[in-house]
Amino acid sequence: MTQATTKTLTASLLPVLPDSFETVRLMFKGMLRSLATPLLAFALFLVVWNSLAARVETSLGQMPGPAQVWSQAMVLIDEHNAERDKEAAFYTRQEERNAEKLAADPAAQVTIRPYTGKPTFVDQIFTSLITVATGFILASLIAIPVGIACGLSSTLYSALNPLIQIFKPVSPLAWLPIVTMVVSAVYVSDDPFFAKSFVTSAITVTLCCLWPTIINTTVGVATIDKDLLNVSRVLRLGWMTQVMKIVLPSSIPMMFAGLRLSLGIGWMVLIAAEMLAQNPGLGKFVWDEFQNGSSNSLGRIMVAVFVIGFLGFLLDRLMLLLQRRVSWDKTAVIR
Amino acid sequence: MSEQQLLLSQVSIEFPTDKGPFKALDNVNLEMAKGEFVSLIGHSGCGKSTVLNIVAGLYQATTGGVILDGKEVTEPGPERAVVFQNHSLLPWLTAYENVELAVKQVFKKSKSKAEMREWIKHNLELVHMEHASDKLPSEISGGMKQRVGIARALAMQPKVLLMDEPFGALDALTRAHLQDSVMEIHANLGNTVIMITHDVDEAVLLSDRIVMMTNGPAATIGQILNVNLPRPRNPVEMADNADYNHCRAEVLKFLYARHQQVEKESPSEENAEPETPVSDSTSAEIKPFKKRNRVA
Repeated sequence: MTQATTKTLTASLLPVLPDSFETVRLMFKGMLRSLATPLLAFALFLVVWNSLAARVETSLGQMPGPAQVWSQAMVLIDEHNAERDKEAAFYTRQEERNAEKLAADPAAQVTIRPYTGKPTFVDQIFTSLITVATGFILASLIAIPVGIACGLSSTLYSALNPLIQIFKPVSPLAWLPIVTMVVSAVYVSDDPFFAKSFVTSAITVTLCCLWPTIINTTVGVATIDKDLLNVSRVLRLGWMTQVMKIVLPSSIPMMFAGLRLSLGIGWMVLIAAEMLAQNPGLGKFVWDEFQNGSSNSLGRIMVAVFVIGFLGFLLDRLMLLLQRRVSWDKTAVIR
Repeated sequence: MSEQQLLLSQVSIEFPTDKGPFKALDNVNLEMAKGEFVSLIGHSGCGKSTVLNIVAGLYQATTGGVILDGKEVTEPGPERAVVFQNHSLLPWLTAYENVELAVKQVFKKSKSKAEMREWIKHNLELVHMEHASDKLPSEISGGMKQRVGIARALAMQPKVLLMDEPFGALDALTRAHLQDSVMEIHANLGNTVIMITHDVDEAVLLSDRIVMMTNGPAATIGQILNVNLPRPRNPVEMADNADYNHCRAEVLKFLYARHQQVEKESPSEENAEPETPVSDSTSAEIKPFKKRNRVA
């Protein structure tokens, strides 16, 4: 009975809405394909990881599988929340004590001390993000003007190109000792606003992510349509107007290609720099866990690996959004 | 025509190449009166654009020079505005902003903001583009882009308007519309115009004189044809006009005769069919070698 009604219903509807049925079906199919394929691949990855990890025995115990890593991630979040509770408790205690003191003697000297607990995993994530942002912005502020100048002047380009090519492949690990010593010697202050480890890490990031932006900006500026430059010559545009109205807009796609490469490199470099400089970010987390050597360490490091990868991906998406905002060509395919 | 305004005197230019200097133009002499419309016609690679670029100041003549209103041309400038072949609008600026860039640069001292706005609108109206003033170049058709390019050049109030195959990339119908517009503007403003073209009909329809160039290397002016047709000229009426067809035939004769004359350095092939012209590209590629061998 029900089946029969459904059949007649479909039959009566079909001639009326064949198109919309078809579109909905296709949409559903498309969604399924665009969502199902990556999900399936990820599931397969988890299965392979799980079976391979079970076979590897290290001095720190068995390689963690997805389940252990997940539980370690939960532990890290719990630790973070516990630390925050402790911090809140510390401040309420301090306030109460100070209030008591003042109630007893209004002229009493009260000291307010900051909480000095160890940074949690979440704190370390933010430290890393701030450090990489500092290094990257510093690098961009240098690299974009240098790139534009190199693109405009072939003399300057031939002068700087050898230096760029030589410094480009240098590993951050080679820079780090030098940067550390220079920062220690130059950045001397009784009450430093930034920690030395932070400055060292940020500068190392800067040194490694200057190059792609310089090179790409140079190429972008050097390959501007010659006709557009002729327009500028006919109009006798001033140097500044030419750069702002013609050079910058037309080199934005290449510039952003460079900036995205730079940020990607900067993020990779940061982890190594933090390990050695002991900047309290994700790199230090990984190093500390490695030195700690508990049976949970590998799992916790794996959590860091996933967080590093995911944040790197987010940073790249962020640059894409920025590029869309800045670029005049809204129709261009940006990947 | 009235007094002389532009003079090209013994203009030659050489470009450095790996095999020594390459002489593109040799001894080009041309006088132009104020308000005159001159077309440069010749085969691809004959140096038409080079002549235009020298007048624009984008290239420097190796010997000889260009004199505009008694002053030698040494650098590009807005009094010699160029309409480029592929419009060359800044893709990130709207039609209005593209014209504005030129107006702001040329009249930054002499016009107030309101006057500039009026002037920009006026020039967009001249090319019938006021409706598209807020559109980006990517949002308008090729013909419309070229119209905006012409508006930008006109807005500089140039003494000489230089057009480098302005309609080369357009379809026949759009091209006809733009030719009408250019004739209308030339009639109203009386600019001195040099236009490069490889379209014989276009040259005859628009020009007061047609300058026919010989083939490169070391190209020069082969012949100058006066087009004494009354203006305004209507392309439909012109099709049956005997004078028009005579001019057209003259240009065609020059192009095919001259083309073959340079093509065959040996006297073996005397009369190749005018209906089957040898491809331009081959001649342009082969000849420089011949010439250079001979010089050496």
